[in-house]
Amino acid sequence: MITHTHRPLRVVLYEGNGSIQLPAEARAKTMMALLDKGYTVTRSGQGASAMPHDDRSLLVLGAFEGKAPALEDATGRISIDTRDITGLEPDAIVALVDKSRGDKTMNEPGKWKPWFPVIDYSRCTNCMQCLSFCLFDVYGVSEDNKIQVQNNDNCKTNCPACSRVCPEVAIMFPKYQAGPINGDEINEKEAGREKIKVDISSLLGGDIYSALKDRSAAAKSRFSKERSPDKALDERKKCLTKLVGDGFIPADVLASLPSTEEILKKAEIAKAKAAAALAGR
Amino acid sequence: MRTAPPAATLTATFFKRALLSSPATILYCRCAYAQVVPTGVKNDVLQKLCDSSASFETVSDLCEMAAHRDPRLSAIAACGKLRIAACYPRAVKGLFEQAGSPLPADAEILNMRTQTAQEIADALLKADP
Ligand code: SF4
Ligand code: SF4
Repeated sequence: MITHTHRPLRVVLYEGNGSIQLPAEARAKTMMALLDKGYTVTRSGQGASAMPHDDRSLLVLGAFEGKAPALEDATGRISIDTRDITGLEPDAIVALVDKSRGDKTMNEPGKWKPWFPVIDYSRCTNCMQCLSFCLFDVYGVSEDNKIQVQNNDNCKTNCPACSRVCPEVAIMFPKYQAGPINGDEINEKEAGREKIKVDISSLLGGDIYSALKDRSAAAKSRFSKERSPDKALDERKKCLTKLVGDGFIPADVLASLPSTEEILKKAEIAKAKAAAALAGR
Repeated sequence: MRTAPPAATLTATFFKRALLSSPATILYCRCAYAQVVPTGVKNDVLQKLCDSSASFETVSDLCEMAAHRDPRLSAIAACGKLRIAACYPRAVKGLFEQAGSPLPADAEILNMRTQTAQEIADALLKADP
């Protein structure tokens, strides 16, 4: 799981008592530019309230007419910087924020795409098919035996393949273009179409990728524990090649497949994890 | 033209406002890490929020925050009444839940991928009953 968060600042555009309001267009332009750089911005306006503060430093921007007040957190926990932005153009305000941040690291758009499965637990039946399917250890099981996305940074960018094996259409990728994978509502017709019924025990020892290719009952009978590992790998690759050809998954997923040995080992581990979780329910 | 008040008054005003529970907290997601929300709609929604006098919170990308289990998601989920402009409600709810900060059941999620900017702004800024 990615746990590092670099959030040095909460920028507050202060337009309450004691500061002059920015023109609406300049305000929007400034906020857009800051957000597109990865900052979070609170607009503190008249009348309503913003979110409670957290443990980040505050950078309070306001048109204080050249007299930005010196502020101090009453609890002494949070540092508060104030900057006067009277007469500044949006670009200059963004430059001022960058300068105030200094060399503190911040997560920034453009360097990485947040791509990982999101489980809709209102639909998930904890069948563990996704756990068995994913070759990159994205899924795991929680202490209370529930399927979980545990290593979302292992997920292959732009590959939504696991969403297709979920029989309940419970796996979403919010950054995907089309529904229902992007989180769009599911109609029953769609749910039926998306369901891929597989025999979980043969699936755990065999080749679930075939299920994506051939969804008929006849195809299911082809799952067999007796198949040679080489043949299973061959079929998996063929199927993945087709999915790449269809534009459903990116080509680099094929290139990053583990070795036959690793695949079989992973299948064993997934089988044990799934069996333990299902037995413990 | 108003003049700036003394520091103590400003501190008190900011924190009093920040800590008081509001009728509804407005949150806007910019979807900046991979633009799946139409640019025109997200710009218009932000412009309309900026045209109003409302206070609101904006984040660069809720998906990125969920990927990092950002603790601010818990702060957002604990805000009480929430109105969120982002994308599909099922996805937004799932992101918060997966990050360990489920949204309250009555959180209102407006979808910038399918709704118009006007519809969204009206819902975000509507007066509370
Ligand atoms: S395949 Fe779908 S229903 Fe089964 S455990 Fe995974 S998310 Fe849940
Ligand atoms: S929650 Fe939706 S709108 Fe926000 S960043 Fe993710 S995909 Fe984009």
